[in-house]
Amino acid sequence: MTAADPSPGLTPGFAAPVPAAQSCFRALLEAMSRPGLIQTLTALPEAPAPLAPAAAAAILTLADADTPVWTDAGPAAEAWLRFHAGCPLVADPAAASFLLATASPPDLALPDAGTEEEPHRSATLVLQVAALEAGAGWTLSGPGIETTHRLHAAGLPAGFAAAWAANAARFPRGVDLVLCAGDSLAALPRTTRLEETR
Amino acid sequence: MTALGYNFGYLDENTKRMIRRAILKAVAIPGHQVPFGAREMPLPYGWGTGGIAVTASIIGTADTLKVIDQGADDTTNAVSIRRFFAKVTGVATTERTGEASIIQTRHRIPETPLRQGQILVYQVPMPEPLFRLEPRLAETRRMHALADYGLMHVKLYEDIARHGHVAISYGYPVLVGGRYLMSPSPIPAFDNPKMDRMPALQLFGAGREKRIYAVPPYTSVRSLDFEDHPFVPVRADAACALCQSRESYLDEVVVDDQGGRMFVCSDTDYCGTRQSHREAAE
Ligand SMILES: [Zn+2]
Repeated sequence: MTAADPSPGLTPGFAAPVPAAQSCFRALLEAMSRPGLIQTLTALPEAPAPLAPAAAAAILTLADADTPVWTDAGPAAEAWLRFHAGCPLVADPAAASFLLATASPPDLALPDAGTEEEPHRSATLVLQVAALEAGAGWTLSGPGIETTHRLHAAGLPAGFAAAWAANAARFPRGVDLVLCAGDSLAALPRTTRLEETR
Repeated sequence: MTALGYNFGYLDENTKRMIRRAILKAVAIPGHQVPFGAREMPLPYGWGTGGIAVTASIIGTADTLKVIDQGADDTTNAVSIRRFFAKVTGVATTERTGEASIIQTRHRIPETPLRQGQILVYQVPMPEPLFRLEPRLAETRRMHALADYGLMHVKLYEDIARHGHVAISYGYPVLVGGRYLMSPSPIPAFDNPKMDRMPALQLFGAGREKRIYAVPPYTSVRSLDFEDHPFVPVRADAACALCQSRESYLDEVVVDDQGGRMFVCSDTDYCGTRQSHREAAE
């Protein structure tokens, strides 16, 4: 299972898996530590449509045989994920460690939110959006944010902010979010408070 | 594999991925202890295996690593860990706090304020702040779930009643993000205020207990206290004998066999930098 040995019909994963996973992880760590700040990935896999390169990189970096993945990305993407990440794919969003949504995001109440004693056993949602833009859109505050951060995520459904507030209200339970567009990503851990700026 | 035949960072990719997932959840739930499974590190417990596992899972070729033990870069423990990472990653190492992107530490926070983008990795011998008060893990998990920290408040209050102050010099318990009680690891209580709203990311690794926890940048870290007995960070009332600092944390060292003693900075980089600036000014 290396980039030099692709299965027929599959595009490659990371060209150099060890350094690519490390640099992608550091981008994810920075994103989760500084919510709403956009990180640009430098080492990207050749993921099939409709997967955005950053979303595919995030899953390759974090998912494996121990982490069931739910996705709406279709058969080509599923075959690619199964081969390059080695992750089981599940149809039930509540059974997944990672949810990779390329169309409309799943209801935030569906994925595993962990328990009061084990809130870390919660799912992480990787959501593809049309675009990420800094300095506009939501006003974010919370841990990792000195005063406020601004982030605009284009293409999320109306009502997302209310669903996010409901997710934050059950802290320490809750899901964490990685928003991806093209080769960029930004994260919203469950601690981030989000206000829609008018 | 590196040219020397090691996995980059020593750990295999599956172990790193598992630890990386734990680190991200730890950052998302500030102060909460996340368990991780991991293969054994090539060092005995007490040598910072938890911190090493965290550093090994985050480090990359672009990093510059500093390792301190009780503030010093030149102790056996710090030198061994620094050499270990130089060997299994080839990354640059430094003794300068300002030049490091990752600082692995045992029992101190550097005096030089850390900045945004730096990561401080603590070696933690015992992650559970309540373990002396409640040895049953199932009970402490329940207390964290309910944010029921009455037991710790009672302990601190009894200290005050008995000694007139809280009798904890190292590992003074803190509340993170107003929610989770956390052990800051055995740093001197003097260092606790540096954790509060620190611009750097703080990661904690406990090897024997296999727990990781984190404090994101700019996150509130409050030392537990009472309105009528506020937390006071203490240091020896003296100046460093080498650099004359009155702000740094001091170690008392024996200087001769006549029982002569003096106070010197515990942070060797801070002290050395101040001494060279003084020499340059003279
Ligand atoms: Zn000094």
